[in-house]
Amino acid sequence: MSAPAGATAPAPARATGRGDGGGRLVLLARLAPLAPTVALMLVFLAGPIAYALYGSLTNTALSGYRAADPEFVGLDNYSTLVSSGEFWQSAWLTLLFVLASAVVGQNVLGMVVALLLRAARGPLRSLVSGLVVTAWVLPEIVAAFALYAFFSGDGTLNAVLGLVGGEGAGGTAWLVTFPMTAVILANVWRGTAFSMMVYGAALAEVPPDLAEAAALDGASGRQRFFRITLPLLRRSIGTNLMLTTLQTLGVFTLIWVMTGGGPGTSSSTLPVLAFQEAFRFGQVGYGTAIAVVTLVVGALFATVYVRVLKPEVD
Amino acid sequence: MRRRHSLTALVAVAALGLTACGGSSGGGGDEDTIRVAYQRTAQFTQLEDVLEKAKSEYEAANEGRTIELVPIEAEQEQYFTRLALLNRSPSTAPDVIYEDSFQVRSDAAAGYLAPIDDLLEGWEEWGQFDETAKQAGLGDDGQTYGVSMGTDTRGIYFNKQLFEQAGLPTDWQPTTWDEVLEAARTVKERVPGVVPLNVYASRAAGEATSMQGFEMLLYGTGDELYDADTQKWITGSQGFRDSLAFYDTVFSEELGPDTALALDAALGSRVATEMLPQGELAIAVDGSWLPGQWISGENEWPEWEETMGIAAMPTQEGQDPGRTSMSGGWLLSVGSQAADPQAAFDFITVALNRENTLKYNTENSQIAVRTDVAEDPEYLDYNPSFEFFSSLVPVTNFRPATPDYSQISANIQAATEDVATGAATPEQAAQAYDDGLVAIVGEDGTQAAD
Repeated sequence: MSAPAGATAPAPARATGRGDGGGRLVLLARLAPLAPTVALMLVFLAGPIAYALYGSLTNTALSGYRAADPEFVGLDNYSTLVSSGEFWQSAWLTLLFVLASAVVGQNVLGMVVALLLRAARGPLRSLVSGLVVTAWVLPEIVAAFALYAFFSGDGTLNAVLGLVGGEGAGGTAWLVTFPMTAVILANVWRGTAFSMMVYGAALAEVPPDLAEAAALDGASGRQRFFRITLPLLRRSIGTNLMLTTLQTLGVFTLIWVMTGGGPGTSSSTLPVLAFQEAFRFGQVGYGTAIAVVTLVVGALFATVYVRVLKPEVD
Repeated sequence: MRRRHSLTALVAVAALGLTACGGSSGGGGDEDTIRVAYQRTAQFTQLEDVLEKAKSEYEAANEGRTIELVPIEAEQEQYFTRLALLNRSPSTAPDVIYEDSFQVRSDAAAGYLAPIDDLLEGWEEWGQFDETAKQAGLGDDGQTYGVSMGTDTRGIYFNKQLFEQAGLPTDWQPTTWDEVLEAARTVKERVPGVVPLNVYASRAAGEATSMQGFEMLLYGTGDELYDADTQKWITGSQGFRDSLAFYDTVFSEELGPDTALALDAALGSRVATEMLPQGELAIAVDGSWLPGQWISGENEWPEWEETMGIAAMPTQEGQDPGRTSMSGGWLLSVGSQAADPQAAFDFITVALNRENTLKYNTENSQIAVRTDVAEDPEYLDYNPSFEFFSSLVPVTNFRPATPDYSQISANIQAATEDVATGAATPEQAAQAYDDGLVAIVGEDGTQAAD
C-alpha cells in the first residue's frame, strides 16, 4: 500500500495555478486517492492499537464478573507490571532473545553465509543456499515442531550425542536445562536465510572494481571487507537489522511449542507472558498491557534504526 | 500516475469488501441447528460416544432439527480458554456446553450460561438427581446453570507388580504422607528405571495439578483454601507450605518424573495410557475415572484389575478422618446466546436420560449422581473400582465454588511448578501465591490463617 501512496508527490508544473479556494480544492483532489490507504491504516492498524490501549486500562477477564462488565482501572495494570519481578525477567529475556538470536545470530551468520556463498561455485552454492532457505520456507509451526523433536529429551540431538559420545552423553534435557539457549539457536536456524538473502543481494550490488582498486593499493582481504564492503552495505544492514529485530520480537509459536515459556517462566518472552496472563490466568486486561509494552518496545527499536539510517538518504 | 491511484483505490475497496464479507460469514447459526461444544482428546472419547448417540436419538425425534457436534480437541487447560473465547462472540457461542463444575459460577457470572430453573421444572427426571448434583449447577445468584453428568473422587493407584519387586505389600494403604514418600523411596532404591511417584506439578497440566495434586495434599492438612463461613480466601497457612514442601521432597529426592516429563502438557494422558499400563510408574495420585478407558476402547488394558492396586489418599499425619479426597464433575449447560434455549435443554435431557447416563457413567468411570443409575446392578457390576471410589464420598472435599477460583487455581499451579523445578522454595512459592491471591480478590477478600 505504502509504495503507491509515496508516489503521490504533487507535480511541480501545477504549482503555478494556485488560487485561494481553488488551491484547497486541488489539494483535496490530490489527497483524495490517499483516502483508501488512510482508511485501511485506520481500520487495521490504528483501530486495533487504540482498542488494545483501551483494553489495557481495564480489568477484563476471560470469565467471571469482570468478563461480563469490566471496569476501567486506569494505569493499574501498568503499575502492577512495573512492580512485578516476572515482567522484568520477561523483558530481560526478550532483550536477550532479540540481541542474541536476531541482532547477533541471524545477522552475523547471514552475512558470513552470504560472503562464503559469493566465493562458492556451482552445485555447492545452490546446495547450501537451498538448505538454508528450507528453514525459512517451513511454516513456523512446522519448524517449531521440528526443533522440538531435535532438542527434546529423546530427540535427534541427544540420539546423535549418544552415538558419538557413548553412554551418558545424550542425557541432557535441553529444553528444560537450557531453554533460552535452545530457543535462541532455533530462531537463528530459522531466520538466518532471510539475512543471507538480503546480504546476498546487497553484495551483488557492490561494484567489484572498488575492491580490485583497493587490492591493487595493497589492502588485505580483511581491510577490504571492513573499509569498503561493510560501509557500502550500511543501509542494507540497517534495514535488515530492523526487519529481523521486529520479526524476532514477535516470535511466539516457536517458543510456545518448544518450551511453553518454561520451565516456570524461564523462557517466557513478552509475547509468551502476554498470552499466559491473558489466556492461562484469564487476565485479559493485564495481558493486553504486556502486549502494549511489547508494541512500544518494537516502536523504540524501529525509531532507533530509522534514525541511524537517515543521514544516508540520497 | 492517475491510473495508479485508481488502481490503489480499487484494491483498497476490494480489500475492505473482502474483510467485510469475512466478518459476516461466521454469523450466528440458524434456529434449527443446536451447536454442542465439548472436549475430546486421545484418551477421552467416551463423551463423544454418548453425544453422538444422543444426537441421533434427538434428531430422530425432532424432525428438521440438527445437532452440530463441535469437539474442542485440547487438554483441559486449553479447553477452558478456547471455550471462553467461543463464548465471547455471539456468532460462535455454542448452544450446549460441556462445563466443569468449578467453572459454572465463573461462567455464569460472565454471562456465558443461561439459567435453566424454569426448564428443569418441566423435566420429571430431575428428581432423580441427588443433592450434590443439584448444588454443582448453582450460580452465585442461586439459579441453576447446568445438569450434572456425574461426579468423581481421587485416590492413589499403585502397581502391585512393581510393589512386589520392591518388597512392598500389595494391599498397601498408607496412613500418612511419610508412608507414601517412604514407599516411593523404596521403589526408587529397589526397582530402578521406573518413576516411583507421580503428583501433577505443572502449569501445563492445569486443573489436574490443582485438584489431583495440590488439593489432595492441602485438604489432608486441616487447612483449606477458602473459609466458606467468612467467604474469604486464606493466606499464609501452614498446610499450604507443608503441601508445597511435599512437592519439594518428591522432586528434590527425584521420586517424581524428571522435569521434562513433569512439565509435559500431555503427562495426564501418558500416565493413564502409557506409564501405568506399561509398568513405568509405581504410584500415581489420580482420578477415579482412569479405569474407564482400561475397561473398553482404544486404550483397553484387561490386566489392569490384577496389576493395579487402589488406596485412599492419607491425611498428612493420619489425623481424622484418616483419608481424604477431592470431588469435581462436569455438567451440560445451556449457552446464554442459544437461539432456542428450550431446544438446547431438550437435547440435554436426551443426552442425560437414564440410558445415556448409565452408558456415560460406566464407560467413563463416573460416580453416578442419578439415583436410578447409582442403584442399577448393571452400573454396580460394570467396574470393580466403583465401590472403592464411592466409599470416598463421605471424606471428599469440593473446590471453593467462587467465580475467582479458576484464576486462583492458576496461581496454585504456578506455585507447585516453581517448587517442583526448584525455581522457588516452598516458602517463596507460598508467598508468591498469597501476593497473587491479593491481586485477584483484593485485601478484603483474604484472611490470614490462624
